[in-house]
Amino acid sequence: MGSDRTPIFLCAALLLLLVVGLFIPNWLVFLFTISMAKGLVVLGLILLMRTGLVSFGQGLYYCLGGYIVGISGQHWGITDVALVFLLVVLAATLLSSILGLLLCRYREIFFAMLTMAFSMILYGILVKSEKLGSTDGFIIAQATLFGWQPEVEASGTWIFALAVIITLVALLVMHLYFRSPMGFGGEAIRENEIRVEYLGVSPRRLIYIKYVVAAVLAAFGGAITAVAAGHVDPEMAFWATSGEFVFIALLGGTLHVAAPLVGAFLIEIIRTIALDLAPYTWQMILGGSLLLIIFFLPKGLWSLLPKRREEEGL
Amino acid sequence: MAGRKNVRNYSPVQLATASIVCLLTAALCLGHPPSVRADEGTYKLGLVTFLSGAAAGPFGVPARNAAELIIEAINAGTLPSPYDSKGLAGMTIESTIIDEAGGGTKQVGEFRNLVQRRNVDAVIGYISSGDCLAIAPVAEELRALTIFFDCGTPRIFEDNDYKYVFRTGPTSTMDNVAAARYILELKPNLKSVSGMNQNYAWGFDSWNDFKWAMGVLKPDVDIKTEQFPKLGAGQYGSEISAVMVSRAEVIHSSFWGGDMEGLVLQGAARGLFDNSQGIFTCGETAMFRLSDQIPEGTIIGGRGPFGVFAPASPLNDWFRKSYMDRFGTPPTYPSYKMAQAILGLKAAVDKAAAAKNGKPNKEEIAAALKGLEFQAPSGVVRMSLGKGHQAVQEMVYGQFTKKNGKPEIYNVRRYPAECVNPPDGVKSEDWIKNSLKQTSCN
Repeated sequence: MGSDRTPIFLCAALLLLLVVGLFIPNWLVFLFTISMAKGLVVLGLILLMRTGLVSFGQGLYYCLGGYIVGISGQHWGITDVALVFLLVVLAATLLSSILGLLLCRYREIFFAMLTMAFSMILYGILVKSEKLGSTDGFIIAQATLFGWQPEVEASGTWIFALAVIITLVALLVMHLYFRSPMGFGGEAIRENEIRVEYLGVSPRRLIYIKYVVAAVLAAFGGAITAVAAGHVDPEMAFWATSGEFVFIALLGGTLHVAAPLVGAFLIEIIRTIALDLAPYTWQMILGGSLLLIIFFLPKGLWSLLPKRREEEGL
Repeated sequence: MAGRKNVRNYSPVQLATASIVCLLTAALCLGHPPSVRADEGTYKLGLVTFLSGAAAGPFGVPARNAAELIIEAINAGTLPSPYDSKGLAGMTIESTIIDEAGGGTKQVGEFRNLVQRRNVDAVIGYISSGDCLAIAPVAEELRALTIFFDCGTPRIFEDNDYKYVFRTGPTSTMDNVAAARYILELKPNLKSVSGMNQNYAWGFDSWNDFKWAMGVLKPDVDIKTEQFPKLGAGQYGSEISAVMVSRAEVIHSSFWGGDMEGLVLQGAARGLFDNSQGIFTCGETAMFRLSDQIPEGTIIGGRGPFGVFAPASPLNDWFRKSYMDRFGTPPTYPSYKMAQAILGLKAAVDKAAAAKNGKPNKEEIAAALKGLEFQAPSGVVRMSLGKGHQAVQEMVYGQFTKKNGKPEIYNVRRYPAECVNPPDGVKSEDWIKNSLKQTSCN
């Protein structure tokens, strides 16, 4: 394997984004933040997809992350981002390590349907919770960092910076993981699970770990969305939200850790501008672009980039 | 992996797709450079309402129609008094419309786009209470003058104070408090009620307000059954059976739009309303569309003095006639509420302009709108709750009938705002539970 320049590219790209973030208008900063949040969820999803499993229920952890942020601010009085995000990770790990015990036994459509079922259970519970505002959701208290309360006007920028840092760390870790034996194990399971077992590796354990990692990433995405948007509602756990994540994954492709980010940004920008240009037919523009990509770039946008040798060797 | 030979060769189709997608994105991005501040003579107004999804037909599109009509009339200066001056203090309104579909997070993003990319001077919109809750803090952060026209939840101004956020439509509290009052006047010996409301925040809030008001006004009324079918379910067979079996004297429902029409049709076909009195808090939108199917005597409300409940005035006559002429159907309550939001803005801008003899800025407009009392096709609107940011109006209920083939309302009862709304600074729930009984309507 040759020298791996991806981490350097990733660092450079995201640091550049951080600098650019200081100069671009606020609405674009918000769009970038939401794209990164969704990109993180999809990063977890492609981890599962590389293993041949499609989760239609990442909304479960996306929503969990958002609601933990909201509840800790509104009901427990915890607004410190570092502490809240720690809680988010704990909650997502706990829930996914329980559900994972069941889910790692299922494959294909059964896995997809079960993940969706669990996320719809959370949706149902939240709709019935009038204390949490039912379908209206509730407003999130303004976030602080280590006791520092930023100006309301500057909050967009520092949440963006936070999102960039979390995304960078997540991308680096996942890149290393994808290239580790455990990471390649996913593709091996997708190709031939029985062989993997003969090699002495437990596919169930591998899938279990991947499921937990994907859950934590999704919860981070939800937490960032919640802090940035300032509001959570049960729609985050609805199947259509999870469906959008699968769409982004298809759009970006599963070939590279940065692909979900590109996919998420593209879908956000196409949608927001379509909504502006064609208030009555924006869905057609969005759907049309997705169809074009699925027909002509089945491996996602990332397949347009020239492949490097080391990647071909996979 | 296969395809080593193709490493740098793409098929023409792939290239074409990529270039189309890139060009599209680039064109879309560049097509909207952060526009320069509009010239002095125009006032840029962002409108947000449902243009797709279940709420578009009954609410979003009638509201958009009303906006078109009123904005054109304001720009031309053809409205009756007191709005017969041209434009907003002389400025021509230039409007942009956005679809409200997509949920809170999406709408927060779109709101930022409207304010920061399109540089609108004010935003009027939002039908969903969830969207209103999500938008309010962002509007405050961006210091963007924002008027909610339709969403119903009282939580917006009960839980927070805002400087730039207003709502010119009344909250949903008065719908259900007045519903309880009307029912008890119609049936003073009422023994039992059942509820059929949608399984989401609107349905829960409506039913709770009604149930609490009933519990205070006549504590011995028995709640037979509370049904919460799914939003947009379309089929209510089993819920109708459950309600029929409960044999309650009155059935309360806050269903709206297609769901309400479905319930009316299916319930009427099965004789649900033969032995039980139906009360539909949002029934007004279906009055003309389903005039052959709504059972005689059904109590219907229109979320305020809107539509057929609007008091006669030159402004109302003009609005009904122009709307009829242009769109072929009478305006329903969403149309009224949109018209009222735009007129509230005009009243505020005109007032602020008169006070300083020039173009007012948004702080001056907000200050003028705060606590304002203005005329709308629905009568007088007073911005008296939420520290002057939330409107109250009278609430009206009546019973449906068909006279000579034309749908009409009889037994109309008007409730002054004070007896169906809490005073400023008191939460709806606390007011209903603690002070409703002492509040008189006379």
